[in-house]
Amino acid sequence: MGLFSDLGAWVLNALQRLGRASLLLLAMLRGFVDMLYRPRLLLEQLYSVGVLTILIIAVAGLFVGMVLGLQGYYILSRFGGETALGLMVAASLVRELGPVLTALLFAGRAGSALTAEIGLMKATEQLSGLEMMAVNPQYRVLAPRFLAGLISVPLLAAMFSVLGVAGGWFVGGGMLGVDQAAFWNGMQDGIDFQDDVINGVIKSIVFGLVCTWIAIFQGYDCVPTSEGVSRATTRTVVHSSLAVLGLDFVLTALMFGE
Amino acid sequence: MNKNRQIELWVGLFVAAGLAALFVLAMQVSNLGTAYSGDSFEVQARFDNIGGLKVKAPVTIAGVEVGRVSDIFYDAEDFRAVVVLAIQDQYQQRIPTDTFAKILTAGLLGEQYIGLDPGGSERFLEQDSEIAVTQSALVLEEVVGQFIFGKGAEGLE
Repeated sequence: MGLFSDLGAWVLNALQRLGRASLLLLAMLRGFVDMLYRPRLLLEQLYSVGVLTILIIAVAGLFVGMVLGLQGYYILSRFGGETALGLMVAASLVRELGPVLTALLFAGRAGSALTAEIGLMKATEQLSGLEMMAVNPQYRVLAPRFLAGLISVPLLAAMFSVLGVAGGWFVGGGMLGVDQAAFWNGMQDGIDFQDDVINGVIKSIVFGLVCTWIAIFQGYDCVPTSEGVSRATTRTVVHSSLAVLGLDFVLTALMFGE
Repeated sequence: MNKNRQIELWVGLFVAAGLAALFVLAMQVSNLGTAYSGDSFEVQARFDNIGGLKVKAPVTIAGVEVGRVSDIFYDAEDFRAVVVLAIQDQYQQRIPTDTFAKILTAGLLGEQYIGLDPGGSERFLEQDSEIAVTQSALVLEEVVGQFIFGKGAEGLE
C-alpha cells in the first residue's frame, strides 16, 4: 500500500508543479505589457542574461567549429570529399549544434544564475516585500527576465553558428588547405534558408523559452532556505538540459522528417 | 560615461551583433545570397527519363548557370516527364528554339543538372515555349546492363 500511495503522492505533486509553472508562464506573458512602460527593466536583464553570456558562447562556438573542421577533414579526405567540408560544418552547426549547445550553455551560465537570484530573493523575503508594497513580483521581477531570455537565446545561437563556421573555415581553409571557393560554394548550395536557417532559429526560440521558463519557475518555486536554493539551481540545469535534448529530437523529427 | 549608458551600449552591441550573425547566416552561409531573385521566364522540356533530377537543379549554357528547374511532373498522355525550366529574363529572345537540352551529372556521382546546347535557329525561346530536342539522363544500371548484354551477344557469335 505504501508503494502506491507514494506513487500517487509523486504524481499529484508533479501535476501541481506543472500547474503552478503554467500559471507562472501566463502571468509572465501578461507582464510583457508592463514592460512597454518600463523598458529599462528589460534592458538590465538583457545585459545580465544576454551580454554576459556572449563570451562563453563565442569561445565555445569557435572551438566547436574548429573541431568539426578537423574531424570532418580527416574523414572526408579519405573519400576525396574535402570540398564538402564547408557544407558539413555549416549544416551541423545551423541545424543542430548551434541551437542545442547554445541552450545547454545558456542553462548552465544564465539559467542557474536566474534561479539562484530569484530563489535568494524569495529566501530573503524580497519578493514578499514587493507584494507588501502592492507590486506584483511576477510582473516586476520575473517577466523582464523571461523576455530577456527569450530574446537572447536566438541571438546567441546565431552568433554560435557564425563563429563555428568561421572556426571551421579557419581550420579547413587556413590550416588544412581546403579550396576556399569549394568550401563556400558547397555551403551555399547545400544550406537552404527556409529549411535550415529558419528552422534552426525556431528551434533556438523554443529552447530559449523552455530554459528561461524552467530557470525562473525553479527559483520562484524553491524552498526558501539555502539548501532549497542550491537544490533548485541544480534542478534548473538538469531539467533544462534534459528538456532541450528531448525537445530537440521532437523538433528535428517534425522539421526535417518528411 | 555613467553605468546606465554603459549597459545600454552593451545591450545595443549585443542585439546588433546577434542580428548581424543572423544576416550572415542568411546571406553568406545559406543559398539566399546566391539565389537569383529577379524575373524569369518558363520553358518546358520533355524527357523520356529524368534520372535523379530534382527541382532547383541548375540550368546551364556552356557551363554558366542561366536558370533553375522550377517544376517536374509526369505527363500521363505521352508517358514522359515534363521539366519546367525557369530561365533568367535577360536571356529571353536570346536562346534559339532548336536548342538541345541534356540531363548531365556533375562529376561521377554528383548532382544532376540540365545543360543547354544552343542551336542555329533564327527564332528564339520565350515564355511557355517548348524545347523539342532532349536527351535523357544517363542511368548507370542501363549502361551497365547494355554493356553486359553486348558482351553476351558477342559470346553467341
